[in-house]
Amino acid sequence: MTAVTTATLTVNGTDRAFEGDPRRSLLDFLRLDLQLTGTKKGCDHGQCGACTVLVDGRRINSCLSLAIMHDGQQITTIEGIGTPEAPSALQSAFVCHDGFQCGYCTPGQIVSATAMVAELEWGWASDAGHDVADAPLFTEEEIRERMSGNLCRCGAYPNIVAAIRSTMDDPA
Amino acid sequence: MKAFAYARAAALADAQSVREGARIIAGGTNLLDLMKLEVETPDQLMDINHLPLSGIDAHGEGLAIGALVTNSDCAADLRVRHDYPLLAQAILAGASPQLRNKATTGGNLCQRTRCTYFTDTTQRCNKRAPGSGCGAQGGYTRLHAILGASDACIATYPGDMAVALAALDAQIVVEGVAGERMVAARDFHRLPADHPEQDNVLQPGDVITGVRLPAPAGGRHIYRKIRDRSSYAFALVSVAAIVTMANGRMDRVRIAFGGLAHKPWHDPEVEAALVGQVPDPALFDRAADILLRDAQGQGSNDFKIPLVRRALIATLIEATSNAPTGA
Repeated sequence: MTAVTTATLTVNGTDRAFEGDPRRSLLDFLRLDLQLTGTKKGCDHGQCGACTVLVDGRRINSCLSLAIMHDGQQITTIEGIGTPEAPSALQSAFVCHDGFQCGYCTPGQIVSATAMVAELEWGWASDAGHDVADAPLFTEEEIRERMSGNLCRCGAYPNIVAAIRSTMDDPA
Repeated sequence: MKAFAYARAAALADAQSVREGARIIAGGTNLLDLMKLEVETPDQLMDINHLPLSGIDAHGEGLAIGALVTNSDCAADLRVRHDYPLLAQAILAGASPQLRNKATTGGNLCQRTRCTYFTDTTQRCNKRAPGSGCGAQGGYTRLHAILGASDACIATYPGDMAVALAALDAQIVVEGVAGERMVAARDFHRLPADHPEQDNVLQPGDVITGVRLPAPAGGRHIYRKIRDRSSYAFALVSVAAIVTMANGRMDRVRIAFGGLAHKPWHDPEVEAALVGQVPDPALFDRAADILLRDAQGQGSNDFKIPLVRRALIATLIEATSNAPTGA
């Protein structure tokens, strides 16, 4: 057993040291210690998805994880997905399709959708009603099911789905 | 959240040696949520994520799933999807993709009830604070039990994966102070009786190291989950069924239920009423009579009694029809 008080995380390609109270959530570490405020705090209980980040390429709720648990791991936040000058295909698609209203859930939606597209490419199944043994279909129904961990209180869902779908029809 | 010390387990023995008041953490999605609410107040967290328990391997004619295999990886595994589709279906019917990426096989088994009186520390709850009473009885009971409840507790076990494991005759591998032992998935969770604070049969020093699935038994696998929204919600009721047909009759039947009780519900008499019989909706209705012979609603969950009857009948019709639906 090793008692631990420090960790080194690679955040958007840069090594960042964590030291302090182990209660620090990954979300608070990103927002308060690293000032990476693109990742949002909504419910802080894993219900809304606003805090979604990638850990070693997989989407998680950063509110329900401790910074100290991510020693040695690669964290990607919305700031690591693209920039205003060089947006990712999904970021451009959310603008083109008005995939938001207030915008608070948008970083989480885009990070989550980035991982969702990868999961489809990996052939992961979903609960969208198809046989789990089959390769998944790139349908609107699949997108809605696979994005169910990201809530939008403005109700921009139709445009969010349209934005995501546009990148799969015409991958940029 | 109360302060705690954080440690990383370098060996299984570290996890087995956690003292009273400490908690093992794996994915942490349920534990950290409850710590924020101060329902859980451990003074130490033992992080077991670095233990070598994240493989899915052949084991005899079956499959051994490590305790740290994430729900996502289990549901994505091609052997699981082809040979045990019920398990993939049940996992994918639960939580969200973000949560399934963190949630582990062992942690999922240990998740706590979503009874709102349990998660609200201003309410009475015999599970959270033994002897304090039960606020749910006479209160809001939409998610609560209709089978196997006690005067002390009417909470339900919230998970989906464990319901599939009960139907699949899976075994939970537990490493205790006296060595390894196997616990049938059907016997892992317990009914509340006078000790609702004990969710399952784990004892101090026990650590779940994995789940073993028996040799694939074929049949039609269906996990039917009914919830208040179409995705990312806990089951009001769920039915996990595996039915194998032979000569127009039901030859092998395995059925477990979620959302009904303090544990995944398995009733051998329901299966016995079906085995060897020709599928027939009237027969399925009689099987539901058997399932519900001791059912007791709490008021706002009375709807579960007709709901699970209909869910069972619909599941059995689908499982015994020739239509290529489901898995």
